[in-house]
Amino acid sequence: MSNIRKAFENGKAFIAFITCGDPDLETTGAAVRAAVENGADLIELGIPFSDPTAEGPVIQGANLRALQGGVTTDQIFAFVKELRRDVKVPMVFMTYGNVVFSYGAEKFIFACREIGIDGLILPDLPYEEKEEFQPLCTQYGVDLISLIAPTSADRIAMIAKEAEGFLYIVSSLGVTGTRSEIKTDLTSIIDVARQHTDIPCAVGFGISTPGQARKMAYLSDGVIVGSAIIKLLAQYGKDAPSHIGAYVKSMKNAIRSIE
Amino acid sequence: MTNPNGRFGIHGGQYIPETLMNAVIELEEAYNHYKKDPAFNAELTELLNEYAGRPSRLYYAEKMTKDLGGARIYLKREDLNHTGSHKINNVLGQALLAKKMGKTRLIAETGAGQHGVATATAAALMDMECVVFMGEEDTVRQALNVYRMRLLGAEVVPVKTGTGTLKDAVSEAMREWTSRISDTHYCLGSVMGPHPFPVIVRDFQAVISREIKDQLQHKEGRLPDAVIACVGGGSNAIGSFYHFIEEKGVRLIGCEAAGRGVDTFETAATIATGRLGIFHGMKSYFCQDKYGQIAPVYSISAGLDYPGIGPEHAHLHDIGRAEYVPITDEEAVSAFEYLARTEGIIAAIESSHAIAHARKLAPTMDKDKIIVITISGRGDKDCAAIARYRGEDLYE
Repeated sequence: MSNIRKAFENGKAFIAFITCGDPDLETTGAAVRAAVENGADLIELGIPFSDPTAEGPVIQGANLRALQGGVTTDQIFAFVKELRRDVKVPMVFMTYGNVVFSYGAEKFIFACREIGIDGLILPDLPYEEKEEFQPLCTQYGVDLISLIAPTSADRIAMIAKEAEGFLYIVSSLGVTGTRSEIKTDLTSIIDVARQHTDIPCAVGFGISTPGQARKMAYLSDGVIVGSAIIKLLAQYGKDAPSHIGAYVKSMKNAIRSIE
Repeated sequence: MTNPNGRFGIHGGQYIPETLMNAVIELEEAYNHYKKDPAFNAELTELLNEYAGRPSRLYYAEKMTKDLGGARIYLKREDLNHTGSHKINNVLGQALLAKKMGKTRLIAETGAGQHGVATATAAALMDMECVVFMGEEDTVRQALNVYRMRLLGAEVVPVKTGTGTLKDAVSEAMREWTSRISDTHYCLGSVMGPHPFPVIVRDFQAVISREIKDQLQHKEGRLPDAVIACVGGGSNAIGSFYHFIEEKGVRLIGCEAAGRGVDTFETAATIATGRLGIFHGMKSYFCQDKYGQIAPVYSISAGLDYPGIGPEHAHLHDIGRAEYVPITDEEAVSAFEYLARTEGIIAAIESSHAIAHARKLAPTMDKDKIIVITISGRGDKDCAAIARYRGEDLYE
């Protein structure tokens, strides 16, 4: 069984996204620990990419700050290995296809297993291209996370059937970033997905407030929050971890008891 | 050359967010339907001929030929098309296709502004809304084209992210497309991006080589010995090459922008300095660092200032069917000036990269050989920037 399932055993899951190296890895480490201590069930670690085409301005900014700080994939691997000594919740990497491909897919995915990364989210790797990395992910026991979008329609069944880890349900059209309102009919998307898979479904993109998290958690098995956390890092820099801790606590409390 | 999954050898594919997958599938289905539809093709031909001014001339550059003292040189005059470049060929095709698909809004990226102007033009003609994404740095380099687009009714969005050039404009157009798909067609300007764009754009640009073949047959009774075109993403080059790919005796030469030289970081020569990667929806060659971060490339030419190359070119390079050579800023500027003085033709700085290579190649070839150079666009837009490059204090 995938280690990722553990993230969904403590009520509705709260999944926190943090870009590695924004503004430096020491802060990332403190931010991850603060999130976990305050109830984050799964950590999505972003490996920065120069041209993150699926991100809105907030996470683009985090990618830029991290790369300007000089962080590299090798440094991130060493950092995660260290982090794993005390952080026990499941962790996945979120990055772009070229970061994995350019490093050498086998070297990258093997390293994921060695340092304790449970899954890989690549927003520019749709179902049609997953053969690029799927065989290696299977070989090394790293879940290749599939995404379902509001436009997936007739593709939902096909994607869900082969999905592993958890299903990442994209709440809205467009790129990442906070939204005042989520209008997509997620209930029917998740209904279809659940007819074809028993892995958990988590909703991401646009969620920032406890109210939104509660709404999304009613429909799904968990919520993914990125931009709202990154905003705290942009605002407070090295002092962000305590703010992130308080924020995660409020979000997890909002969804913890939802059946 | 492409298999059903949109691959050219190992290159190409569809590396895009799930949100866009049904949009590209719908586009492919619509294209496969309309490309066989006689009414669609008749309408497109009518637009290309009556509105855009095709066929473009194949001009024998007698003075240049004599001056260089080698192969006979013909210029394929895409600069004489309406809007001043080859970009209109693809845009009229895509805009018409989008219209048939029920789309009411076109979005596009632009580097030099030529594709943006062409898209704004087609949108005006076909009563469609138009938004063009242009790197902020390029809006400065090509201020006149920004005004032209606005004059045509388009909204121009300056892109401030990254290096503020063509690659960032592509990224921003892709982001915009993911947020608004139902009424919007992304009118991609080059033979790049996810399948089916490299195929669609190539097919619409292939009119260039089809005409070259016919026109040269008429004038010389034979095929050319070499076809030379500049390559950024590579749309005018693939258009110029396409009908010669199976004619193994015809050398196909793409001229990349070397910027300040392929041994510097200020270059955009992808084949010379890049390696295999995945970016902007495709697998191909890209300028990147050892961790796969896309390089901030440089060229004096905004239209060639792109860190990748279309997947079909990458494949033609792999199999040795086409050659790709780097041309520096200095060589391109010198060729720009040379063609103006020798033939009275002010070519785009992009096309001047192809002229620069012809100046090297023609003298090494016998006088009975024939070179065709595609002049992909006109150079009015570049005059101020080149004057500044030469130290003159000229601003538009």
